[in-house]
Amino acid sequence: MATNFMELQSASLPANVPCKLARVDRQQWLQTAEALRQSNARILALWGADDRDRDGSFHIYAAYLLPDSVLVVEHCMEDASTPSYPSLAVFFPAASRMQRAVFDLLGIATDESDTRGWLRHGGWSETLFPLRRDVDGKHQYPVASAPYPFVSVEGDGVHEIAVGPVHAGTIEPGHFRFSVVGEKVLRLEERLGYTHKGIAKLFENASQQNGHRLAARISGDSAVAFSWAYCAALEAITETVCPARAILLRALALEHERLANHLGDLGALGNDAGFAFGLTHFSRLKEDLLRANAAAFGARYLLDYLIPGGVTVDLTADARCRLLNLYDALEPSVTQMRSIYDEHAGLQDRFREAGRLERATAEELGAIGLVARASGVACDLRVDHPWPPYDTLAPKMILQSGGDVAARVQARFDEIFESLRICRALLAGPPMAEIQTPVPIAAANLLGIGLIEGWRGPVMIALKTGSGGGIRSCHAHDPSWQNWPLLEYAILGNIVPDFPLINKSFNLSYSGQDG
Amino acid sequence: MWNTLSRMLHTGLLTESLPTCDEAAPTLETLQNDLLKILGRALCIRHVDAGSCNGCELEIQALNNPYYNLEGAGIKFVASPRHADMLLVTGPVSVNMEEALKRTYDAMPDPKWVIAIGDCGACGGVFGTSYASRGGVASIIPVNHVVMGCPPNPASLFSGILRTIASTRIE
Ligand code: SF4
Repeated sequence: MATNFMELQSASLPANVPCKLARVDRQQWLQTAEALRQSNARILALWGADDRDRDGSFHIYAAYLLPDSVLVVEHCMEDASTPSYPSLAVFFPAASRMQRAVFDLLGIATDESDTRGWLRHGGWSETLFPLRRDVDGKHQYPVASAPYPFVSVEGDGVHEIAVGPVHAGTIEPGHFRFSVVGEKVLRLEERLGYTHKGIAKLFENASQQNGHRLAARISGDSAVAFSWAYCAALEAITETVCPARAILLRALALEHERLANHLGDLGALGNDAGFAFGLTHFSRLKEDLLRANAAAFGARYLLDYLIPGGVTVDLTADARCRLLNLYDALEPSVTQMRSIYDEHAGLQDRFREAGRLERATAEELGAIGLVARASGVACDLRVDHPWPPYDTLAPKMILQSGGDVAARVQARFDEIFESLRICRALLAGPPMAEIQTPVPIAAANLLGIGLIEGWRGPVMIALKTGSGGGIRSCHAHDPSWQNWPLLEYAILGNIVPDFPLINKSFNLSYSGQDG
Repeated sequence: MWNTLSRMLHTGLLTESLPTCDEAAPTLETLQNDLLKILGRALCIRHVDAGSCNGCELEIQALNNPYYNLEGAGIKFVASPRHADMLLVTGPVSVNMEEALKRTYDAMPDPKWVIAIGDCGACGGVFGTSYASRGGVASIIPVNHVVMGCPPNPASLFSGILRTIASTRIE
């Protein structure tokens, strides 16, 4: 019988959205998950911590997204020599890879049968767990070969196609193993982790005041979302109230990040379907936006625009004007491009029905962000848990029901127009005011959560402060974790040559999930 | 169709002149002469992400937008290292990409150039060296040129490519 998770003892947790922390025992860990599953919660993130120096044990955390709040569940494993906890994958399939990653970094096991390394590809020994406190993260090890048995499909005429880790375009590395009959895909298995840079370990040597720089580089295309999530967590812990102007500018930067990525993706999607005209025109529009960014915020990509306590620069009157002109030019251009895409029979032929992710599958497997919304699953933190300034902007939930490439294209178009509306509203705010406030040094061992709806979906930072202004641990979570496994479903029954297009329509982060 | 034509006509030509770099400041003509002399054809570039945060990729992709129009200068991106004269490597080299990077480099025919892109490609950037990162590209394969920045903008990338070609001419 599942316990009612509402009855769990929980304390509120510093965060930019309503957030609670519940400490549970081994049995409740699973019971809570079951109850949350039944109430349609989604898993947001899963991470572990080595607290042997404090209480002699390892801890495992799971964050869940509920309709009205976020619940973080913490379980302390008493047996520190062979720490383990029950797998959540039966209730939340997306947890499976996260659990494998936790094992690779900390050596905390589950009862899951798939024990293949996820982040560890042989770059360090299997008895070494780099995130443990007694391991020197700076030490280098020679690479040893680590076989990775893919699940094989047998049958008449079935063969395998191995792609990657180096792909044919200017994109990130990952490995895809297709089992095909003729051109038709029977199974796709992804293997990721190639860009694992040990970010969690690096955070332990960063200071509270500097961690945002590392956060911005977890996935460069989501730099604003991650650095905001980091700042939000730190500001919640230290009870810092950011100046209202800084909050507006952060939202403006976040919406610009959404616009830039959507414009880039729409061009690339046209190109992948054989319509180079689309790439030319969208890449031009994207460049216009990046140049306006450089003029307004001082950088094309806003990796260091957000800082704890605010942002680095305000918009000058000129910059504000330039941005308004940009939106005025962008809107009719995107409208025209949309009608070109909509009326192009060849393009629509490639987009429609390709890579369909049914709503039921999306819900069952815990889809999140843009991919979920394109399959009819309504979830957008800006709407569901609006943190300032979104609580005053009434963002619209963009939904498409098709679940195919065409739906993900349409969702991007719709989101561009909604983002432009939000940007204009943000620029209507009072000009030039205070944009920074000092953030005090936080006491040690305080946990805070930052949760921001980036262009791809919700990005989360779980920050635990260390002593003397340091960081004890910082877990960063990219929504690609949840959505990568869905790509394996979306491709089923499609042909191999459609994979680049379908993959692009998801456009997930490798670096964000590899850490 | 009308929409497509009208968009083309109203957009016109956007390509800007080549970014200048001190050693040679090539015009389109001298650049193409250099390429013809050295390679006898267009310069073919392959990009490898050896562990980047994906920020550098975005700026490399921008080289092909109509403003920079890299292809218009006789430089194109190719899908295989076996077709490439130049390798752009982004990111600190993650230990998980070390082998793939070496193999990509080995697959390229001689003569070949390597440019390490971004602060990460130069020295590992914020990621430095660790159990998971080998740091800069030069720690794994020979590097001819480095373009700093986080991420470097397309003009400095373009300039870095030109500078690499120009320095070959000077040699
Ligand atoms: S140099 Fe900067 S943008 Fe490029 S990969 Fe490194 S962190 Fe990312």
